[in-house]
Amino acid sequence: MGFLKVEDLKVHFPIKGGLFGRTLGHVKAVDGVSFSLDKGKTYGLVGESGSGKSTTGRAIIGLNHITDGKIFFEDNEITATARKAKSDIRKDIQMIFQDPYSSLNPKKRVLDIVAEPLRNFESLSRKEERIRVQELLELVGLSPESILKYPHEFSGGQRQRIGIARAVALKPKLIIADEPVSALDVSVQAQVLNFMKEIQGELDLTYLFISHDLGVIKHMCDHIGIMYKGRFVEEGTAKEIFNDPQHIYTKRLVAAIPDIDPRKREEMKQFRQEVNTEYEQAYNDYFNEEGLAYSLKPISDTHLVALPEKG
Amino acid sequence: MAEKLLEIKNLNTSFRIRDDYYAAVDDVSLTVNKNEVLAIVGESGCGKSALAFSIMGLHNRTKMEGEILFKGENIVNISPSKLNKLRGKSMGMIFQDPLTALNPLMIIGDQIGEALLLHNKELSKTKRKEKVIDLLNKVGIPRAEHVYEQFPHELSGGMRQRVVIATAIANEPELLIADEPTTALDVTIQSQILDLIKDLKEDMNSGVVLITHDLGVVAEMADRVAVMYAGQLVEIADVHTLFEEPLHPYTKSLFNSVPNANEEQEKLHVIQGIVPSLQNLPRTGCRFAARIPWIDASQHEEHPELHEVKPGHFVRCSCYKHFHFPEESKEEQHHGIS
Repeated sequence: MGFLKVEDLKVHFPIKGGLFGRTLGHVKAVDGVSFSLDKGKTYGLVGESGSGKSTTGRAIIGLNHITDGKIFFEDNEITATARKAKSDIRKDIQMIFQDPYSSLNPKKRVLDIVAEPLRNFESLSRKEERIRVQELLELVGLSPESILKYPHEFSGGQRQRIGIARAVALKPKLIIADEPVSALDVSVQAQVLNFMKEIQGELDLTYLFISHDLGVIKHMCDHIGIMYKGRFVEEGTAKEIFNDPQHIYTKRLVAAIPDIDPRKREEMKQFRQEVNTEYEQAYNDYFNEEGLAYSLKPISDTHLVALPEKG
Repeated sequence: MAEKLLEIKNLNTSFRIRDDYYAAVDDVSLTVNKNEVLAIVGESGCGKSALAFSIMGLHNRTKMEGEILFKGENIVNISPSKLNKLRGKSMGMIFQDPLTALNPLMIIGDQIGEALLLHNKELSKTKRKEKVIDLLNKVGIPRAEHVYEQFPHELSGGMRQRVVIATAIANEPELLIADEPTTALDVTIQSQILDLIKDLKEDMNSGVVLITHDLGVVAEMADRVAVMYAGQLVEIADVHTLFEEPLHPYTKSLFNSVPNANEEQEKLHVIQGIVPSLQNLPRTGCRFAARIPWIDASQHEEHPELHEVKPGHFVRCSCYKHFHFPEESKEEQHHGIS
C-alpha cells in the first residue's frame, strides 16, 4: 500500500496565441508520471531544469492544475476535482520552497508568518498561538524571542528554518521540499539538511525531495526517480541509481557529478567521454521519435527503467 | 618555470558604509600564472567576488590600496580610459548569471560584436560577423548563424552562458575571471562548460581565476586553490595538497559540510555561527575563532599571519595545529578525502 500514490499524472499547459487567444497547443510539462511514496521515507525527484520535477510537486499539493491522472493520499483520492470535499488534506501536505528570501513576507513578523497556517485551520487563543509558535521556533533551533523580528533580520539558513517551522506547524504527514537548499551556502545547507533529517524521525514525516543536486539527493533520499522531459526515465533505490544506473540518461547525469578527488581528474574525463559517446550513439534506442522516454519496465523489485517494448 | 601573469600585493578593497570604510578584501596577496587555473573558494560574504571585481576594476566608490600587477604593470586606481583598454581585451570576465549579464534587447551577434568593436574599430561589418560566428562555434553553439540573430530569451541557460563566455573570450584575453560560472546551470551542462573553459585556457595559454563555492568544481578544474574567509586568505595550496591535507580549520569544515556522493555520512558537519557581516568583522585576532569556540583562545595567534608550512602551502594562524572537530577524538579527525 502506498502512502502517497501518483498514477499517470499529466500536467499540460496551454500555449495561447493568435487573434482571440485561442489555444494553439500544449506544453506537456508532466506527461504520464506514476510513483508512490512510503511512509517515513524520503523520495527524491531529480532532473534538469524543465524536466517537470517541480511541476509534479506543485501538482500534488494543488498549485498546478492537473490535466489527467490520479493522486491518492492515504488511499483517498486528492486529485483537484475531488479536493473540494476534503480541504483538510492541505493540513497534511505542506511545502518548503526554494528561496527563503522570497517565500517569506518581508512585512510580517515571524509570529504572523509561522502562525498563519494555525490561524487557517485551528482556532487558538492569542496566548496559545504564541506558545505554539515559540515551541515551533525552538524545534527548528531559533530562539523564542525571535517571534517579534522580521525576516530580514535572519540569515539564509535561519530563514529557511522559519519556512520549515511554518511547514510543520500543522503537524503534516507529507512535506514537499522543492529545492530547499539550492539557494544556500554549503555550511548552511548542511545545517538545513541535518535538521530536516532530525525532524523526520521526531515527527514521522515523509518527504518528497525535489532537487537537481545529486550529491544532496544521495545524502537525503531512500528512493529516487529521474525525470526527463516530463517523464520518468528511471526509478530505484539510491544505491541502484548511483551504483548501477541502467538508462543512458541516468548514466550521463551521474557521470557529470564533479568528483571531489582531484587525482581522479583524468579518469573522470575519460569516463565522461565514453558515457557521452554512448549517449549519442544509443539515443535512438532509449528515446522514441519525439525524443521522449518510454514507459518504465521493472528490472528488479525496486528498480524500473524506461526501455523500449522489444527490450 | 611558470610565468607570472597577475600579481596581487597586499590588496585592500574597502566599501564605504555611512562614514566609515570597511575592508571586504583585506591584505590579499596572490599570483596567477599563465596557463593556470587558480580557484578562490569560500562562502558567500567572504570577499571572493569583491576580489574579482577589484581585479577587473568594476567597483565604484570603493577605496583600493595595494598593488595589482598585470604583466608587471600596476592597474590599481588607473584612469578609466586605460582600464577600458584592458578590460574585455586582456582581461575577460564570465559572470554568474547569464540572464542578467546579457542585454535583453540586443541580438546575440551584436552583443559579442560589440566586444570586438570596442577594441578594434577598424574591423569591418562582414569581418566582425565572421568572427562572431567563429566564436559561437568555438564555444560549441550549434547553428551559429541562426543563434547570431536571436535574443537572449530565446536561448536556454547553458546556451546563454556560452554566449557570455564567447563575449569574454572575444579578444583572446590573457586573464579570464570566472565568477561562479556554472552555479546557475544543471550538472551535465556544468561539466560541458567547465570542459570548455579548460580547453580555451589551453588554447589561449591564459590564466584563469575561478571563483566558486563548489568543491567538486574545484577538484575538477583548479591547479591551485586559495581559500578565503572574512576577506582574508586563510589557506593557499596546490589542488592535490589541499584536498589530501587541508590544514586550516575553515578548509576542513568546508570539506566536512558537503554531502559527498562517494561516502555515506549520517550527519553533515555544520559550521557554527555565520560569516560575520562587513561591519562586524573582528579586525584583530583569528577571524575564524568565533566559529570554533571549543578551541582554546590561547591556540590562536594575536596577529594571525600566513605561514608557509611546505613550499607553496600557506596557512593562516597557528590554530590549525590544535584543531579538531568537536564530536570526535583527535585521532580520528577527517583529513580531506584520503
